[in-house]
Amino acid sequence: MQESLFAPGHRACAGCGMPIAIKLVLDAAGPNTIVASPTGCLEVTSTPFPESSWKVPWIHSLFENPASVASGIEIALKKFGRTDINLLVIAGDGSTFDIGIGSISGMFDRGHNITYICYDNEAYMNTGGQRSGSTPFYASTTTTPIGTQSPGNLVRKKDMPAIAVAHGAPYVATASIAYPVDLRRKVKRSLEIKGPAYIQINAPCITGWSYAEGDTIELAKLVVETCICPLYEYVNGELVGVKKVRNKRPVEDYLKTQGRYKHLFHVEGGEEYIANIQAIADRNAEKFGLLD
Amino acid sequence: MMRVAEGSYAIADAVRCCSPDVVSVYPITPQTHIVEHLSQLVANGELDCEYINVDSEFSSLSSLIGASAAGARTYTSTTSQGLALMFEVLYNASGMRLPIVMTTVNRALSAPLSIWNDQQDTFGVRDSGWIQLYAENVQEVMDLTPQLYRISEDPDILTPSMACMDGYILTHVYEPVEFLDPGLVKEILPPFSPVNVLDPEDPKTFGAFADPSWFTEFRYLQYKAMERALDLIGKVDKEFEETFGRGYGGLIDTYQADDAEILLVSLGSIVGTIKDAVDVLRKEGIKVGLVKIRSYRPFPVEALKEALKDASVVAVIEKDVSVGYQSALLTDIKGALYNTSIRVPIVGFAVGLGGRDVAMKQIRKIVENASKVKDEGLELETEFEIFGVNPECL
Amino acid sequence: MTRCGVSMVVEPGSTQVTKTGAWRTFVPVIDHDKCIKCSLCEIFCPDSCIHQVEGNFVPDLDYCKGCSICAHECPRGAIEMVLEDK
Repeated sequence: MQESLFAPGHRACAGCGMPIAIKLVLDAAGPNTIVASPTGCLEVTSTPFPESSWKVPWIHSLFENPASVASGIEIALKKFGRTDINLLVIAGDGSTFDIGIGSISGMFDRGHNITYICYDNEAYMNTGGQRSGSTPFYASTTTTPIGTQSPGNLVRKKDMPAIAVAHGAPYVATASIAYPVDLRRKVKRSLEIKGPAYIQINAPCITGWSYAEGDTIELAKLVVETCICPLYEYVNGELVGVKKVRNKRPVEDYLKTQGRYKHLFHVEGGEEYIANIQAIADRNAEKFGLLD
Repeated sequence: MMRVAEGSYAIADAVRCCSPDVVSVYPITPQTHIVEHLSQLVANGELDCEYINVDSEFSSLSSLIGASAAGARTYTSTTSQGLALMFEVLYNASGMRLPIVMTTVNRALSAPLSIWNDQQDTFGVRDSGWIQLYAENVQEVMDLTPQLYRISEDPDILTPSMACMDGYILTHVYEPVEFLDPGLVKEILPPFSPVNVLDPEDPKTFGAFADPSWFTEFRYLQYKAMERALDLIGKVDKEFEETFGRGYGGLIDTYQADDAEILLVSLGSIVGTIKDAVDVLRKEGIKVGLVKIRSYRPFPVEALKEALKDASVVAVIEKDVSVGYQSALLTDIKGALYNTSIRVPIVGFAVGLGGRDVAMKQIRKIVENASKVKDEGLELETEFEIFGVNPECL
Repeated sequence: MTRCGVSMVVEPGSTQVTKTGAWRTFVPVIDHDKCIKCSLCEIFCPDSCIHQVEGNFVPDLDYCKGCSICAHECPRGAIEMVLEDK
């Protein structure tokens, strides 16, 4: 591995999945890259003035505008004839799925040559783990807590990659930090294809998901092996590849190690909730042809 | 050569003369003609820039943050609701010290929805760290455009700026204007050469967050830059006058003010009406004059002290209200004079809200009210008035 | 120009002045004889602080937060997390 373009000394929690995603993305993109990021864990842990972990040019403006900021960078570079530079947005799921989606829609719509990368930890982790549009069914978050009247989040996880595909984005993929070769290949491919790209990277969060800090990669593998998070690629709207799951695991294997799902194993109706999650995983396996 | 043109068309042409690299726009009434004309200039090959139609005003200014950080000279235009939607981006652009220039068309803020002119929108972003200059007529907005780039991009200033012009009254008026000569504009406006740009060869970080041990210093530096702009605005106005033969007095301008007992203070297009009213009233022997505010931020305290010091009464006329306490310009002017030996009574009139026409007879009435204060003294209830309320509508 | 500068601009990679190794409770100890040089520990380290030094993978203890991902992911069990005596 070349020296990381994401320097140590950042303040991400010990064992955080997000910086693993960042360094893999930058490793694939290389130094001839400009990154725009929103407010969020990545921004606060990597750029406490007067320090920065970034070894590529990087800009943060607001929570909901990195896609617009990057659009402006792209057209400025075009004006200056600097179209050789890779341009990335790297953002969390709160910015991507919810507050920034208008800006992202505009970026896709206008066809900017930008790769938008969402590190997905399935809630607003920087503000303390509140529910986002990416939070999956029954996850306990600080705004979808469990209680006598609530089994956690009751809204489905928004299908953001499908929204990207529907915009006609020529490259859309999902990836996981547990599969670094696959992840880097997808970033490289997105940069080779002209036009807007969207890559959603599953990146576990220790504090929000509540698990032992050494288990980050293990969980990132399990979410793929259970088919809860299918890894796939769309090129020009066509599904061109999936990461096959050789030994499909039951969803309980993934759920049981995380505090956010602990209640499913003891509340009344918990079995039904788990069965519903299993049904989502089974549908993914069928829809994307994940099994041989 | 003077040519009759629509205000918006003339502004678009002035923007062309400033050679922006990136123009990012979103349509909103009554700003639309400016951005339509700009798109036509690009379509005709008369303006070589990247022009994008974005998804909102929030995105138009956000995209200019990216473009400006990448080293581009940038332009956008908006009004009212669009400016309100930009609110957090305004603070961000000024905090990041990006010299974006915007034509801000003045229009009332909803509710009730109104597409007509007042100045609530720009007064509402008074504290956003943007330089705000208000123009009396189309020519002044045109002439301000290159001046604002020159001021904003100055390495000692690096602060975004807005040229404020009254919606419809100036955007849609057809009047004779002198079009700018791009060659002459280049004489007063050097190319944009930012100190820091987003460049992989020199990979700097833009927009780091500041904890309490740094934040105050960033604001202090912005404050100081705004103070320096006070000098530069006057200097650039003079340079412009030397090159183009048109000057505007710098931070403020005055009309029949030297011996005036009653001094009216105002800004924007209403200044033209007030000047006419002053002419009429002067003929009747009333010693009335006008102080026209051009720069609202930075606020020209010293120039105002000098201009107002000999008046017997000051009447501030503006198109905004601070619901809860009077209006912005009035309270700022009172504040500017409080710690001085100038003890002139100051009264304020909010006029023209939501596009209500302000004619000479209203100015005459305001002068009568001010005159009464001069003769009978100031009472709290006469200090501020939302002027021209129709009791039949209540 | 002042320290804050005018554009809030920060130098690249400058978080390295902050030694996050101080956060650590457990320290990774690598058995170089067991190591097969697969580099997974380096790839998965969230703090980019495991590097090959003279052929062996070595954690940079200035920055290692002791998260133990390297120990969990080592396919040969060559990394042990040991309570650090500070």
